[in-house]
Amino acid sequence: MKIILNGEARDVAQANLAVALEELGYSTAKIATALNGNFVPASARASTPLSDGDLLEVVAPMQGG
Amino acid sequence: MTLFYGTELTSPLMLGTALYPSPAIMAEAFKASGAGVATVSLRRESGADRAGQDFWSLVSDFGVPVLPNTAGCHTVKEAVTTAQMAREVFGTPWIKLEVIGHTDTLQPDVFGLVEAAKILTEDGFEVFPYTTEDLIVAERLLNAGCKVLMPWGAPIGSGLGLNNLHGLRTMRAQFPDVPMVIDAGIGLPSHAAQAMEMGFDAVLLNTAVAKAGDPVAMARAFGLAVEAGKAAYDADPMEPRDMASPSTPLIGKAFLE
Repeated sequence: MKIILNGEARDVAQANLAVALEELGYSTAKIATALNGNFVPASARASTPLSDGDLLEVVAPMQGG
Repeated sequence: MTLFYGTELTSPLMLGTALYPSPAIMAEAFKASGAGVATVSLRRESGADRAGQDFWSLVSDFGVPVLPNTAGCHTVKEAVTTAQMAREVFGTPWIKLEVIGHTDTLQPDVFGLVEAAKILTEDGFEVFPYTTEDLIVAERLLNAGCKVLMPWGAPIGSGLGLNNLHGLRTMRAQFPDVPMVIDAGIGLPSHAAQAMEMGFDAVLLNTAVAKAGDPVAMARAFGLAVEAGKAAYDADPMEPRDMASPSTPLIGKAFLE
């Protein structure tokens, strides 16, 4: 299925967020996720299904003031 | 001793980690400043390059509390979601809450700020709200559950110093027991010292150090300035007066007419 990851179209085979993150190269990374504008805690990723056209944001620590 | 949500800081300087010429200079500057808090942010991470992971290992070495921000958020929803993500990534309930209301001045949208602060404190966050010197907004933020206030000195990144001395002085006097941080607009160590001399509990800055010709030397200067300002406030400064008053005693002066 096609999802939008951080603003870019990506194909993912998996229909749950936890496994999709592995597939997208985020395994073991210190990240947080939001799906369609709503925060998805790490503990809920495995029970969060993905659908075609979903907007997924994946963020990590970055410089800030 | 000021506590920020129960935490005592090793220095009243809160230093940002952005805009430095390189990560190595950022790390060196941070250490030279002796800052007690590091401010950080969240940005989109690519699964391929993982830039955020390297940054995090650098900052976690500083050994000080991190204060994640919601910089760039213009709505309550964005700010709340960003705060929730920050709490998970950084493992802290602290959040520097910014709800930006104006693109050119980066002035806070104080209405959205109060609304977001209420949602976040009810959800267990310890909110550091980036606000103005407006007393009514301050009152609303405290009612919303904030136990720290962060009035601006001047617009973010402007380096103008403390733009409204009277307003800040009034705010300090109005809420004597609330830990208060001057956040934004600091350009020089003298501005930071002035804030501390006025009785503010900490200053938060970034650009003034990161964009100095020598960020490491400037970081050290800021570290010294906040210590000097705090020591001066604790020493109870004299009252200014309009007329001169001789400092050398006149008694015993030789008669030489």
